[in-house]
Formats: sequence, C-alpha cells, structure tokens
Amino acid sequence: MNEAARIGVFVCHCGNNIGGVVDVPAVVDYARTLSGVAHAEGNLYTCSEDGLGKIAAAVGKYGLNRVVVASCTPRTHEALFQSCCEKAGVNKYLFEFVNLREHCSWVHMKEPERATLKAQALVRMGVAKARLLEPSAEVGFAVRPSCLVVGGGVAGMTAALNLAHQGFEVHLVERADQLGGKLRLLHRLFPTGQRASVILDSLAAQVEHSPNITLHLGSELAGLFGYIGNFKANLRTPEWDVELEVGTIIIATGASELPAAGLYRYGDLPGVVTQLELERRLKESRSGLGNVAMVLCAGARGENRQYCSRFCCMNAVKNATLLKEADPQRAVYVLYRDLMTYGVEAEEWLARSKKLGVRYLRYRPECPPVPVGDGKLSGVRVSGGGLGADIELAVDTLVLITPLVANQGSPDLARLLRVPLIDEHFFLEAHVKLRPVEFATDGIYVCGSAKWPCDIPESISQSLGAAAKAASAMGGRGRKVEAVTAVVDEQLCRGCGVCESLCPYSAIELRAREGGALLAAHVNEVVCKGCGVCGVACPSRAITNRHFTTDQIGAMIEAALADLR
Amino acid sequence: MGVKPPEAAVLVIGGGIAGMQAAIDLGNMGYRVHLVERSPSLGGRMAQLDKTFPTNDCAICILAPKMRECFDHADVTTHTYAELVELTGELGGFKARVRLKPRYVDTARCTGCGECLFKCPVKVPNEFNMGLDKRRAIYMPFLQAVPKKMTIDASRCMQLTRGKCGNCAKVCQAGAIDYAQREEMLELSVAAVVLATGFDLYGAQALTSYGYGRIKNVITAMEFERLICASGPTHGHLERPSDHAIPDSVAFIQCVGSRNMKHKPYCSAVCCMHATKEAILAAEHYPELKPYIFYMDMRAVGKGFFKYVQRAQSDYRVTYVRSRPGEIKEDGAGNPVLWYEDTDSSRVKSLTVGLVVLAQALLPSRGNDALSEIVGVPLDDYGFFRIEDKLLRPMDTVRPGVFACGFCQSPQDIPDSVTQASGAAARVAEVLAGQAGKVNAA
Repeated sequence: MNEAARIGVFVCHCGNNIGGVVDVPAVVDYARTLSGVAHAEGNLYTCSEDGLGKIAAAVGKYGLNRVVVASCTPRTHEALFQSCCEKAGVNKYLFEFVNLREHCSWVHMKEPERATLKAQALVRMGVAKARLLEPSAEVGFAVRPSCLVVGGGVAGMTAALNLAHQGFEVHLVERADQLGGKLRLLHRLFPTGQRASVILDSLAAQVEHSPNITLHLGSELAGLFGYIGNFKANLRTPEWDVELEVGTIIIATGASELPAAGLYRYGDLPGVVTQLELERRLKESRSGLGNVAMVLCAGARGENRQYCSRFCCMNAVKNATLLKEADPQRAVYVLYRDLMTYGVEAEEWLARSKKLGVRYLRYRPECPPVPVGDGKLSGVRVSGGGLGADIELAVDTLVLITPLVANQGSPDLARLLRVPLIDEHFFLEAHVKLRPVEFATDGIYVCGSAKWPCDIPESISQSLGAAAKAASAMGGRGRKVEAVTAVVDEQLCRGCGVCESLCPYSAIELRAREGGALLAAHVNEVVCKGCGVCGVACPSRAITNRHFTTDQIGAMIEAALADLR
Repeated sequence: MGVKPPEAAVLVIGGGIAGMQAAIDLGNMGYRVHLVERSPSLGGRMAQLDKTFPTNDCAICILAPKMRECFDHADVTTHTYAELVELTGELGGFKARVRLKPRYVDTARCTGCGECLFKCPVKVPNEFNMGLDKRRAIYMPFLQAVPKKMTIDASRCMQLTRGKCGNCAKVCQAGAIDYAQREEMLELSVAAVVLATGFDLYGAQALTSYGYGRIKNVITAMEFERLICASGPTHGHLERPSDHAIPDSVAFIQCVGSRNMKHKPYCSAVCCMHATKEAILAAEHYPELKPYIFYMDMRAVGKGFFKYVQRAQSDYRVTYVRSRPGEIKEDGAGNPVLWYEDTDSSRVKSLTVGLVVLAQALLPSRGNDALSEIVGVPLDDYGFFRIEDKLLRPMDTVRPGVFACGFCQSPQDIPDSVTQASGAAARVAEVLAGQAGKVNAA
C-alpha cells in the first residue's frame, strides 16, 4: 500500500432501526479514535440522496481514500454505496460495509448498551479491514458469438434455430448420420397430435438451409478446453477431426428408452412390445395389433430405478386414444400405478380416451400384471386395483412402457465438460429451482431429456431457455469480470492440485511454470467466482482471495478480539 | 460475424418469478425492458412460500437476490404499483399505456424505515399473510419487499378517506408522505410483450362438504404456508385457528376443486409436491406430529420428486392415503373428522385429525380477464392465455409479438416457469431479429 489510509466512517441511524437501539453518536465518537480514520459522522439515512451527498462531500473535504459505511445490509445496499464511492473518485474495492442492523440492532433490541459496544467492535473490525483494502479493476472480456449445440434432436434443433435466427453462428453436432433423435421414432405427438415426421422434416429442412448453422452429422464431441467465451472443442467426424472455437455450449443429448429385456417376458413372448415399437407400428400401419394393453412403469419406480419418467403416462394416454379412434371395436387397457397426467391437456386427453372407451386399471407394485400365453401372447392377468378378484384381459399386444434412462455416454460427456450428474446419470443443473437450464460452469447450458425426462413442449421451452442464456452471454452489452477472485502465489504453490479438484467452477488448473517443468495452480479469473474454497484448502497458503485476503481477515479478527487482550 | 446489441424495448407484465426472469434475461440480451407489476413489490406468489420442493430451499432467501437483480438491472425499469391499461400497434411497434397508481409516498424520499407503521391507527387484513393477521393502511407488503418503499392503501387511510389523522406524515423523518399525489400515465414504445401474471387460488368454500369457512381447523395450503413460515403471523408456529394449539396430526387433502368436473377439470400440477413439502415442514417443526396426505394420483414427476416422497415417508412419518375424502365433519373439540374410502381396501373409514389443509385448485390470475381484452390475447376455457401451437411454440400467444410464460398460460411449477420465462425471452429475440431482417431486406 503506497498511500496512508484516510478512512471515512459513516454510521447510519436507519431511522430508528439502528438509532433506536445503538447509541450512534457514541459509535461515531469511537470511530474517530481509530487509527487511520480521518473523518466520522452519523446520518439519519446514509442511503438517502442527502446521505450519499455527504459521503461524496467528505471524500473531497477530508481527502478520504477509504470509505466505511456502518448501516444495514450489503445485500441491498452495497452496490449503491460502491457506486457513490466511484463517483466521488474512490475505487469501489476501497469501500467496506459494516452491518449494524441485521448483525446488531435487530438481534440485540433488548440490550442497547451491549449492542452499542458490539457496534463499536464491528466498526473497529471494518476499519481494520479498510486500512488494508486495495483497489482493483474489473476487466471486460469478449465472448465469441458462436455456439456449439450438442445433440440434433428436437431440443438441439430448436436451440440452434433460435440462435441462428438471432444472428449467432451455430455448430450443431449430432452423433447419428441424420437429424431428429427420438422424433424419428415417434408417430403422433402429445399434446397436439401432429405427425412427428412432418415436424421433423420441417425442423431438419430449416436447420439444413440456415446459413448460420454448420451441421456436423455422424460426429461426436471428443475434447473440450477453455472457458466461457473461448472454448476450443474437438469434434470427431466421419472424415477427420475438427477443432472449433466457440463462445458457448448447449447440451441437448436427450435420453434413451430403457431396454425391455427381461421385463414381462419381453423377447420370449411374441406380442409383448415396447412403447417405441408401438410408435413404429402405428407409424407404419395399425394392422395386426388387435386388442391392446399397456403396462405403465415397466422397469420404473421400482428397486432399480426409483424415479418416475414424467412423460410416459401422457404418451400412453395419447396412444391409447389413437388406437381406440382407429378401431373403436378394439379393446384398449391402460394398467397404471399413478396416472401422471398433470396440467390441462393431459387431463383433457385422459377424459377423451375414457369417453372413447379406453379402460384404466390400477395395479399395485407388489402384484404387477402378468402376461399370459404359450408361444404367443393371449392375455394379461391383473389383480387388485379395486377389482376384487384377479381378472384376465384377452389382448393380442402388451405394450411395455419403460422409462427414459440417461444415455450410456453421459458420464463420459460429463467428464469432458467437467459438469455434474445426478445418481441416475442425468445432468445436474446449477440450481434446480432458479437456474434450470444452466450449469454452474459459465457458458455451458443444458436442455431436454438429458437433464430429466420431459415431453416435447417442455423440451422446446428448455431449449429456448438455454438459447436465451447463451445469447445473453454472447450478445448484450458485454461482460465484466468481478475482481474478487482467487490469486495464486507461485512462490508458495507446490502444485499439489487440491485446489483444482475442489473448485466448483472448474476455474483452476495446474500448469507448467514459465521456463520449468514444475506445476503451479493457475486461476482463470473469467471463470472464478471468488468463493474461497481453494484458499481454505490450500496446504501451502499459496491462494488468497482478493478483497478477502488472509491479512485483511486476520486484521478483522485481531480487531474483534482487541478488547479481550 | 458479430451481433449488435438490440435497441428495442420489451414490456413484461407481472413481477413474480417468471416476469422477473424474463426481464433479467431480456436485459442481459441487451434489450431495454419495462416490467409492470400491479402490487407494490416484486416477488409474486413465490415470496409467500416458506420453503420450496424438492430441496427445501427457503423461498425468500433465493427469491430476494433475484428481486434485487431485477430491480437493479441497468436495462430493466421496474414499475411497481402499476397496470397496463392499453396496448395498440403490432409486433415491432406496440404502444403501451401504463397507469402508475399513487402510493401517496414519495419513493425518492421514503427509506422504508418503518417508523410510520407504528403510528398508523388503521388495521387491515394482511393479504400477504392470507388475511391471518393485520397490516396497517400504510404498509410494505413484506419485509423483503423490493422496492423497499411504503404504500398507502387509499381506500383505508383515514387521512385520504376522511381528511383526519396525518400521523404518518408527522412521524416520517424523511418527509416522504404526499397525500396529494396523483396517478400518472406512462406511454411506452415497445417491440414485444411478455405476459407473466401467475396464479390465483380457487375459493375452497365452493367445496361445501369440506367445511372451509365453517370448520375453523380446515385451512388452505397457502394459509398453511404462511403459518409455518418464520416471517408469518405466528412466527412459524403451527397454531390451529380454533384454539391456537399445535395439532397432533395434520391431513393434507389434494385436488380440492381440481381434477373435478364440477369445478376445474385440469390438474394444477404443483400441489402433490407442495403438500409433500408442507407435510415434511410440519413434521420437521414438531417431531410428535403425524402428517397424512390424501391423494388421487401422486404426481411426483420432476427431478428428485419421487425421492422426496420416499423421504417424506421414511424420514418424516408422512402417511399417503390414496383417496379423495367425501366429507369433513367436526368433533366436539373442534377436530376435523374425515370420511373417506380407502381405495386400497375398498372400505369407508374415518380419521380425526387436529388440522386439515386443503390443496385448492390454482387458477390463472383473475386479472387475466381484463388483461386479455387489453392485450388482445384470448383466454382458453379455464382463463389461461391461449397458446397457438402448444407443441412447437409453447410461449407464443395468438397475437404476434405477445408471449406468455409461467402459470398464466398453463399449470406449472417454479423451475418450469423460470424455464418458460427464459424461453419467452429467446422467442422475443428471435422474432425481433426476424423483423429487423425484413426491414433490412425491404
């Protein structure tokens, strides 16, 4: 630190919130006695126009180079006071917040005298830190306006088209040699009943004709380096390897139908088919299906896979309706545990199917339906569900509705992207409630059934949501890096890699030092969030966080304990 | 190839979680955004929730930063206590008239300190706490309100209705009270509109056999939410209405008015998990309490939902009963008595509990009727904004340039609403880019 600290302390009454408990003038007087404090004053409301004006005036009048405000909470007011400091010519990182309301007056309302002592201690700590504060700068960085979309199903195509229409460059990578994903296997779609093939042809044609989309069919993501704005992605294509430079990535790799082998005599007994086989049969022709029963939760919500795959009930209700509409004489049964027809359309489809004569029978997990037949399916035996006795339904086709499971390649892809999976190997978003289409790692987004089984409208909503996040990163008014990041002292770093393994944002990697083979931790400041995990874990104390340095925190602790000496 | 920041402005109607997310995303994409919220604060329904399923995150703790982010966003202008009154023009060139209702408080001066609250003599049922306690005629809807500014309820304020009192003006050290404030009209030019007006609650009185309004210890799920919340009227103590005692058992009844042809045929999509969460919270607060959930189908369809239900059973003693009770009576001690058919054993049974919580059907915002006329977007049979193509364009209404996200267009939970909000923002950008393309080509 080059210049001597000249600290201004502004203690807020916050009306009666603080002033009604804490003796603010006593805190102001006390602040004046602290080393480095050039000015202290109390304000009725430091955050008012008047209060902010007083901060600016004091900076000029007393030549302040540090500002401490002791008032409410940084959650709502830090940005306000920082910008006031900046306008007055004091770098925003030379501002320190002391919370006298939540941390003091509100919780010690009944002990005003001791609350005042605590307020003085809190101010003492804030001033101790302020003496050691250092200015920092936020630097802007560029995000390449190009997005890599992994997966060419309905989610990937929708995201790619949205971004392309916005004017961004898109690379769409699909493992198969044609676009469409699961859409290729489906007949008519919930909730509108439109033909999948028509939708697919339209989307694929738009993708193929978009001047902004480069399509990589039969290709896979084989390597990924870099970070938001500057990713380098290696693609393994049928001909050669391609290296792409992109700013953002959207994962839309979908999921797979659980293979039915071993369930309900599938494979042994002709007539027992899967949901996708039914879709194919419906697509090609409806002949030969006869009377149909569907078993929901085949292989789901049991010991091996405990979850509900979300969209299967709707799909079954839709197919049951289509089967009954095509041939009203045909018997159609749906055997279920809970019907997950949430929302408006699904309940409407359900009501319609019942009106058409589709029969819904509940079974209990401990006594699942039993296919009957010798050499060929002849019926299915159902028990429970309010029926009293067991009954046998004469059916020619038994459709096993198995859940969607994560793709086999998900763990590899997750490792490559350095993003987390949940137990069932679906991708884990940054926050299940409020950040549903983002990963914790900046610049990588997720949508569709790769995240959790979902129907097509949900998949499309998510892919558009992911596109919005990517567009925000690539467009908008540019991004700045928060200066509160981890900093490595290479002299102290022994290259053990603990920090790299713990960083939740993949912001740290071990690199060779300049001119030597020895490794040292390197922090990518664009990606680092300044959470401090690495600094705590570092056995060599080589990592410290800007604005929360060991010296600064140490000084605060010293100050907190000063009156115990 | 570069993408220039767009210059267009976008109007977002509704300041709940969906509206805020749409505004933030559009702002981050470089649009100028005007967000219009009719109540005095951002936050919407989510602000009223105690915790959220399936992670038991405290709702306000994750919402408050979002409210701040939205309000402080350089490209988002938030107009609270405001209403859209007219929308003319078309995609790319709408004109919107927004009424700024008078708060009778100068927001530039008000610091939200709360001095006035103690001196206001008028007590009004507190809508934020579902009417379970009282607020004053000058009020802030809740502690974490954004903006943190007072509003005077003009219909109840003695100074404004009868010309006598003036207490708030006397005690306000910031000089913020302005009884002469008038409404203002704002004219906005916007290129697109996003509707995010959220949900309202179906009146549980309509199901007379459940006795809501007649049997004291029958309450609604949103009332429960406020009771169990530390910032609620009982500071988180689950005091039942009849005698303020903590009930020894609570029965949650699902599909109250929903999935019911006489009331609302659709499924509200969130109540199964909402009840599971409330049952867990009750059991967490009171280790002796026994929770029951009466359901038709347990719709645990989302990520981690089924595990959450299993945890409710194994760790929190929640009993799930597959049945829709036919009737609720009351015993001499004020305990509700449920009569129901146990569909597993096909027997009629009864159960006496200390408290009943009704999961009433959720409706699209009641304001949709009027808003539908103003924005020229028709409603469906149930009052949701009509979506033209529910398969491929799930956020596009029938009017080009007007999008809808969240519960105002179909039943959905918080993550789905947030997803649709971001998706609507992407559609706005896509459609406006197409418009720009047409202009350039012309």
